Amino acid sequence: MGSRASSLLREEDIEEIKKETGFSHSQITRLYSRFHSLDKGENGALSREDFQRIPELAINPLGDRIINAFFPEGEDQANFRGFMRTLAHFRPVEDNEKNKDLTSGEPLNSRTNKLLFAFRLYDLDRDDKISRDELLQVLRMMVGVNISDEQLGSIADRTIQEADTNGDMCISFSEFIKVLEKVDVEQKMSIRFLH
Amino acid sequence: MASSLYLCLLRAVFLVCFVNPLIQGLSGDANVVQNPHHELEENLTGLPIVTFKWHHVQTPYLVIIWVFVAGLAKLSVIELNHHVTSVIPESGLLIILGFILGGIVWGADKAQTFKLLPPTFFYYLLPQIILDASYFMPNKLFFSNLGAILIYAIFGTCWNAATVGLSLWGCYEAGAMGNLDIGLLQFLLFGSLIAAVDPVAVIAVFEEVHVNEVLFILVFGESLLNDGVTVVLYNVFDAFVALGGPKIDAAEIFKGIFSFVVVAFGGSFLGVVFAILLSLLTRCTKHIQIIEAGFVFVVGYLAYLTAEMLSLSAILSITFCGICCQKYVNANMDEKSVTTVRHAMKVLANGSETMIFVFLGVTAIDTEIWIWNTGFILLTLLFVFIYRIIGVFLLTWMLNKFRLVPIEVIDQVVMSYGGLRGAVAYGLAAMLDEDKIPEKNLMISTTLIVVYFTVILQGLTMKPLVQWLKVKRAAHSDLKLIEKLNNRAFDHILAAVEDICGRIGDNWWTRGWNRFEENYISWLLMKPKARRNRDYLFSIFHKLNLEDAVNYVSEGERQGSLGFIRSDEAANVDFKKQFGSEFTDVMPDIMVDMSNYELEIENFSATSIVKDTIPSVSLDIHGQDRKNAVDDINAHHLLQQHLYRSRKNHRHKYSRSHFSINQSEDEVQEIFQRTMRSRLESFKSAKMGVNPAKKITKHHKKELTHKMANGHPDGTGHLYGDEVDSAVGSETGAIRGTFMRDTYTVGAGIENPVFLPDMDSPTHSSLPWLMETEAVAPSQRAQRRLPWTPNRLRRLAPMRISTCSTDSFLMADLEEHEEQPQTDHEEIRPAFD
Repeated sequence: MGSRASSLLREEDIEEIKKETGFSHSQITRLYSRFHSLDKGENGALSREDFQRIPELAINPLGDRIINAFFPEGEDQANFRGFMRTLAHFRPVEDNEKNKDLTSGEPLNSRTNKLLFAFRLYDLDRDDKISRDELLQVLRMMVGVNISDEQLGSIADRTIQEADTNGDMCISFSEFIKVLEKVDVEQKMSIRFLH
Repeated sequence: MASSLYLCLLRAVFLVCFVNPLIQGLSGDANVVQNPHHELEENLTGLPIVTFKWHHVQTPYLVIIWVFVAGLAKLSVIELNHHVTSVIPESGLLIILGFILGGIVWGADKAQTFKLLPPTFFYYLLPQIILDASYFMPNKLFFSNLGAILIYAIFGTCWNAATVGLSLWGCYEAGAMGNLDIGLLQFLLFGSLIAAVDPVAVIAVFEEVHVNEVLFILVFGESLLNDGVTVVLYNVFDAFVALGGPKIDAAEIFKGIFSFVVVAFGGSFLGVVFAILLSLLTRCTKHIQIIEAGFVFVVGYLAYLTAEMLSLSAILSITFCGICCQKYVNANMDEKSVTTVRHAMKVLANGSETMIFVFLGVTAIDTEIWIWNTGFILLTLLFVFIYRIIGVFLLTWMLNKFRLVPIEVIDQVVMSYGGLRGAVAYGLAAMLDEDKIPEKNLMISTTLIVVYFTVILQGLTMKPLVQWLKVKRAAHSDLKLIEKLNNRAFDHILAAVEDICGRIGDNWWTRGWNRFEENYISWLLMKPKARRNRDYLFSIFHKLNLEDAVNYVSEGERQGSLGFIRSDEAANVDFKKQFGSEFTDVMPDIMVDMSNYELEIENFSATSIVKDTIPSVSLDIHGQDRKNAVDDINAHHLLQQHLYRSRKNHRHKYSRSHFSINQSEDEVQEIFQRTMRSRLESFKSAKMGVNPAKKITKHHKKELTHKMANGHPDGTGHLYGDEVDSAVGSETGAIRGTFMRDTYTVGAGIENPVFLPDMDSPTHSSLPWLMETEAVAPSQRAQRRLPWTPNRLRRLAPMRISTCSTDSFLMADLEEHEEQPQTDHEEIRPAFD
C-alpha cells in the first residue's frame, strides 16, 4: 500500500512540499501513505468525515477544533499540500534552521506560527481576537462537568485578565504571544515525525 | 559577619563547656558503674533534692546537642556574609564548619569521638532526604524524562563503576600505587561505591544555581536513582569479594546480574506497593486529620525499612513510594495536613542534610582513618572526573538520537561537572569489612577526599561555570492560568496530530496512561470527593485566587491601610465611596489589629479552606481597568471578616486533636444562616420601605449576649437605624470607630487572636473576595454575573446550610442588581453585631 501511495505522489510535488514544509523525503512519503489511508473517498482530498473517522479524535476534547484547523476558510476538502502544511507546524525546530530563518522568510514551524495555530483554535470567528465567549467554549470542552458555569466564567475572566493589556476584554494575537512568551512553545508544540 | 563570628564563638564555648565533660564521662566506662553507687550513698544520708543524672540522658542528650549544633552551624552559614555565601555553596561551608567542630572535639579528646557511622546515616539521616526529594518530585517532568534518567542512572553508574575500578586496577598493576593489598574485585567494589552521584550534594548545589528544569531533573533524577543502583552494585561486588576470586564462575556472575535486577526492581515495586497502601490509608483518615500527616512519614520509613529487611534496594523503595503517592495523598488529605507534611518534610530533610555535611567535616578530623597514597588518591580523582564526562557524553549521544529536544552540549558539560559525590559514598566506604578489605582506611580517606573535592571545589566553581557557559537558567516560576490552559491545549493538540499522522508516540502513551489513571487508579486511591473536585484548570485557578487573596491582604497590611488600591481618579463617586472613605478613619485601628493575624493569614488561610467549598471567584487584583473602581468595599470586608473572628475569640479552647475551632460546623452554619436571614429580611424590607433594623439588632443582641461575656456598648441600636438610611455622616463614622475599638479590646482581653487559627471559612473565603471585584465594578462582565447576588449564595447554600430553605434564596434571586449598593450596605451590619 505504501508503495502504491507514494507512486501517486509525483517527485515534483514532493520537492515542492519539501521546500515549503521542511519535511524530509521519507517523511513525506510516509505521511502520504497515511493521508491515503485516511482518504476513504479516494479522491485525493480529505473531508471532515475522513478525519472524524479517526477513533481517538472523537475522544479528544479539542478534536473537532483541530480537524477544523486542517480546512482553510470556507473549504471542506483538505488536499495533501494543505495537510502537510498544517502538520508542518508541529515539526520540531532544528538547530540548523535557526540560522536559515533570516534568509527564507518564516518557516511554518516557527514559534509564531505554532502559537498562531493554537490561537486559531480559540478564535472561531477569525477576528484575531479571543473573546470571552470563545474562551468559554474551549474551556467547557477542556474541563470536567463538575465545574459550574459560574466557576468557568470566572476562570475565563481571570484568563483574559492575565493576557489582556489594552482592556478590551479580548485576547488579541499579540497579547497571546506576549503572555506566553515564557512558555517553551517550540518544545511543547512539536512532535517527532519518523524519518 | 559579626553575628556569625559571635555564633562561632558561642558554639565553641558551648562545645568546650558541655560536650567535653560529657565525652570524658563517656570515655570512662567505670563511671557508669560507679555512679549508682554514689547515688546510693547519698540516699543514705538523706533525701536528695536534685541529683545529676547524666548517664540517664547521655545518648539522647548527645544526639540532640549535635542536632542543635548542626542547626546553629546552618544558621551561622546562612547568616554569614553574603559575599561568602554567594561564592561558596552552603554544603561546602557546612563541611568546612564540620572541620572546625571536629578540630575542637579532637583537640579536647585527642581522638575523634564522634563519627558518621553508616547505620546512623542509612537509617536515620538518609531516608527523610530521599523521601523529601521524591515526594516533591515534579512528576510530569520526571516521567517525561524517565527514559533518559534511567539510562544515566543504570548505565551511567555501571559505566562509572566499571571504568574507575578497572582503570585503577590497571594502574595498580602497572605499579603506580606502590604496594597495596587490593585485588581486582576490591577495585571494582571501590569503583561501585565511588560511582554514584549523591542527591544530597547535587540538590544542595543545583538548587542554588537554578539551571533549567530539564537539566535539573536529569541530574537530580539520576542522582536519586543511581544511589539505589550503586548500593545494589556495591552489595553484588561485596558478595563477590566475600566469595573470593577463584570461586566466581559464569553462573555466579549471572546470579550477580540477576540479583542486581531483582534488587533494583523489587525495591521499586515495593515502593509502589507502599505508595498504594499509603494512598488507600489516607482515603479514610477523615476523622483523624490531626495525625494523618504522620502517616506519610511512617509509611515512607516503613517502605525503606521493609526493603532493607528483604535486602531490596531501600533507597529505590522510598523513592518510588514518594513519587507515586504524592498525587493521591495530597488529594485525599485535608489541605492543612498537606501543608503540615510539606513543612515537616522540609524541616526533617534540611536538618539531616545539614547534619550530614557537618559530620562529613567532623569525621575527617581523625588521624586513624588517614592513610595517604598519592597514586591511588590522585588517580581516583582523575578517573572519577574523566569517566563521568566520557559517560555523560557517550550516553547523551545515544539518547539524543531519540529525544525530541536534544540535550545540548553545554548542558552535558554541566551534567558531567555536576557529578558530585557525597555521603552515600562515604557511608558505603565506612561499611566495608576490614577483614575482607585490608585497605579499608585508604578507601575511606580516598572517598572523603573525592567528596570534599567534588562538593567544595566543584560546588564552588559550578556557579561561575554555569554563568560562563550561559546555561539556560530556570524559567520564571509564577504560573499563569493562561499558560496552564495552553499547556493543556498543547497536549491535546499534539495527541490529536499524532493520531492524524497515525503514529504511536509519546503523547499517545501519556494520554493512554492519563485515561487509565483517571478511570481506575484515581478511582481506587482517591476519595470520591477529592476526585470530583479535582479538575486541573480549576485547581490552578483556585490556587491562584488563594495566593492573590493572601498577597492582597498582606499587601494591604503592609501599607497600613487599603488605601493602596483606592484611587481618586475613580469617576463614580457614589455614596458607597463616601461610606468607604469614612471607614478609612477606622482602618488604622483595625490594621494594627490585623497585623497580629499576619502570620496566621500566611500560614493558614491559604490552606484552611475546606476543599469542597472552593470559592469560585476571580480576585481581580490584576484587573487594571477595574483597579480604581473596586475597593472601598474591601474595607468593609476586612472589617466584617475581622469581626467574625473576634466574635469567636472567646470560644477558643485548647484541644490536642482539634486544631481549629471553627471546624465545628454548627457554629459556622449558625452564623451563616443568621447572616443570610438578616440580610434577606433587610433586603426585602428595604424594598418595601420598612426599616427592620431595630428588630434585627435586637435579635442579634440577644444572641450576642449569649455568646459574649462582655456584651456590647449601648447605643448600637440607633446606630443601625442610621446606617440603614445610608446617610453616613462623619459622626457615625466616629462612633463606629470607638465601637470598633471596644470590640477589639474585648476580644483581645479574652484571648489573643494570634493564636486563633483561621476560621469561618464560608464568610472568610467567599465574602471578601466575592464582593471585592464584582459588586462595585459596573463593567459589562459584572452585570452578566454578579456573584454576590443571592443567586451566588444559593449556589453556596446547599454546601453549608442544609436547613435553610432555598426558597428565600430563590426569592432573592428576583432582585435586580441595581439593588446592589444597598445590599452591600446592609451586609455590613452583621459585621457590627
